[in-house]
Amino acid sequence: MPEQTETIDFSTLFSTARQTGNYDAVNELIPYAHFLGIRLDHDEDGTPLFVLPFDKKNIGNTHLPAIHGGVIAGFLENAAVMHLLYAMESSTMPKPINCNIDYLRSGRPIDTYAKCEVTKQGRRIANVSITAWQDNPDKLIASARYHFKVTPEG
Amino acid sequence: MSDKAPSRSKKSQKNIDSIPHSAELGIEFVCRDDTSATLKIPYKKELIGNPLTGTVHGGVVLSLIDSTCGRAVFIALKTPETIATLDLRVDYFKPAKPEQDLYCVAECYKLTRTVVFMRAVVYQDDIDDPIASSVSTFMRTSVQ
Repeated sequence: MPEQTETIDFSTLFSTARQTGNYDAVNELIPYAHFLGIRLDHDEDGTPLFVLPFDKKNIGNTHLPAIHGGVIAGFLENAAVMHLLYAMESSTMPKPINCNIDYLRSGRPIDTYAKCEVTKQGRRIANVSITAWQDNPDKLIASARYHFKVTPEG
Repeated sequence: MSDKAPSRSKKSQKNIDSIPHSAELGIEFVCRDDTSATLKIPYKKELIGNPLTGTVHGGVVLSLIDSTCGRAVFIALKTPETIATLDLRVDYFKPAKPEQDLYCVAECYKLTRTVVFMRAVVYQDDIDDPIASSVSTFMRTSVQ
């Protein structure tokens, strides 16, 4: 409901999630992320880790079967947006400028994971690399580079 | 051509609906000609990416591009083949307007023995004022 959420304070929302380790509010924030079933988690070092649990409705090829390329792309883009907000690299929703997505392996019908790296953080633009894998982190199923327009804190 | 159009359109919609995620997004077949396909995603609140503005998520735009290019690849190939997206580049020109449907038109601009080169444009009310533009490549997996 856009008209009810005009006062969302992203910084407070994400810093609370970071401090408490409770990501429920963050996971409910973006309707499309909720639609795909994306969850924010973290690995042992506290680095944000994104999970796309397998769901039949995300299938794009019923013969293989394989996850829809658009779902994988959406998962990667969403991971980058949430990572920038989580890392407090932007106080507003980062806006995508462009992206390059490489599909390296088909997304099998199991859970998918993604991690991001902010390659360059400028005053207005952030460059983010995202990688996605399934059961073996050494076997990437997709990688992407994104440019986002950001609004740094303060 | 006009006689064939309604049945071809039904068949195209059936093909789209047979893909679970395309059906879930509510992707609709709009039209096709001998070289291009046009599909649309009706606006839905579940697809919002920015809760402040009600704009759909960039991922929805990507799914529409991937789906429309996939459809247009089959037009270019003439006979059915297995295909896989190799890569996809998208330039986002401006955010999609909330409460409005998204359209995508895609065409093949080069077909080789192993790769199909595609371009696509996403728009709302005016194709000459697009919200995104894309180039992508698809691999023909059944041809080695």
